[in-house]
Amino acid sequence: MDAILIGLAAFLVLGSVAALEMTHLLSAVITIGVVGMGLSILFLLLGAPDIAITQVVVEVIVVTVMIRAATRTGHEEVGRPRSVRTVLAGLGAALILVGVALAAFAALPAFGAPRRSPSDWYLAEALRETGAANVVTSIVLDFRGYDTLGEATVILVAIAGTLVIARHLAGDRMVDGDPPGASAATSLTSSGEEAPRA
Amino acid sequence: MRSDRDGLSVIVQVVARWILVLILVYGLGVAFFGHLTPGGGFAGGVVIACGFVLATLAFGGRTGPAAAFYRWVASLEALGAMTYLGMAALGWTAGHFMQAWTPRGDAFTLASAPFLVVVNLAILLKVGAGLFAGFMVLVLFDRSAGSLHDGKGEA
Amino acid sequence: MTFYALTFALFGVGLYGLLAKRNILKKVLGLIILDHAINLLLVAVGYRAGRGAPIRLPGDDTTAFVLGSVDPLPQALVLTSIVIGLGVTMLLVAMVVRLHQRYGTLDVDQMDRLKG
Repeated sequence: MDAILIGLAAFLVLGSVAALEMTHLLSAVITIGVVGMGLSILFLLLGAPDIAITQVVVEVIVVTVMIRAATRTGHEEVGRPRSVRTVLAGLGAALILVGVALAAFAALPAFGAPRRSPSDWYLAEALRETGAANVVTSIVLDFRGYDTLGEATVILVAIAGTLVIARHLAGDRMVDGDPPGASAATSLTSSGEEAPRA
Repeated sequence: MRSDRDGLSVIVQVVARWILVLILVYGLGVAFFGHLTPGGGFAGGVVIACGFVLATLAFGGRTGPAAAFYRWVASLEALGAMTYLGMAALGWTAGHFMQAWTPRGDAFTLASAPFLVVVNLAILLKVGAGLFAGFMVLVLFDRSAGSLHDGKGEA
Repeated sequence: MTFYALTFALFGVGLYGLLAKRNILKKVLGLIILDHAINLLLVAVGYRAGRGAPIRLPGDDTTAFVLGSVDPLPQALVLTSIVIGLGVTMLLVAMVVRLHQRYGTLDVDQMDRLKG
């Protein structure tokens, strides 16, 4: 079992390196999609089925959006390769980070070994306190409901930011109510505002 | 020239109509039973958003079920957020903010925790509508495609 | 420990992609890889060898359930993190398309004109 986990993790690392080094942008985006699917299998094997479902679907949406970006903006990698110094600096930073992180983690208990945490209380009391058989749901929505409130706020801000940038993408023509898609979008952010701008 | 706003061929549209129903039902099921089986509001919400992504790809950004739902997407997202906050505020009647205040049914049934069912659906609305809005905005608003799309005004 | 090392290596790959690539779409790919690495690390910290998912079935004895489940707390954190990562990726893609519209290129070294 451990061999499968380590093999999948190695596949993720190699796939990510391949995705970053490809010159054809469309292929790079599709490779990232494959890496995400492998990550979802890894989540399932690590005992997190909710996260596996979410990761598969999120990866599909990310790949769709990135394919759109890649085809709208040109397919090939641009220009001459980066200078050797920059590449080595990037690699050096990454290696130092990996080394320091490993040294820090060596002080913690080993991978897969049990240790005490509030989760023991959550696992024992979730059914009695909240009536839910899925302990992860009871944690997300009941024991730590404030975190979910914060997540809802972050999603709202991210989508609002996307809308603001996309208005600049469309230019000024959308405020005069030309195509039907435009008026649907103005109603998204300025509901009730009917008078056209002069 | 057919722009890619118009969606894909008839075969894809016929199949997509059926698959879209299945995807929406699956998403709702995952969120409804989130307190008993793996899933919950977040998984259900992203599945619903992905179903609408399929509808947008198959039917185009202006026609079809995705474009028809797009009008309500802001209201649905706000409804989801307000429902979550409302359920949390009503927890004050039972003790403190965000306490699960509804009466419980038998364990391992749908009615074992109605608070969690309602909150799961609220999260589904919030996440699904929000992500669908973000995706539609990236599809609809683009004039960098250049000369393929002239004729009517571009937005 | 090898598993943690591979997760940190994934983080390093994402960091390398973010820093050393000229194409801005590759930088966004680097951020996506960083997200994957952090989510994987969180779930891996919660993993207990040989145990199953924290879903309680009818007829489960409480002590046996507690001893037979992985840690559910990191999973709760990662669940929201994945959805937030998707929202932020959509925001970044909107920025990339806007930058391409403004400058005509995806090369970061050529995006040097300040005036809008």
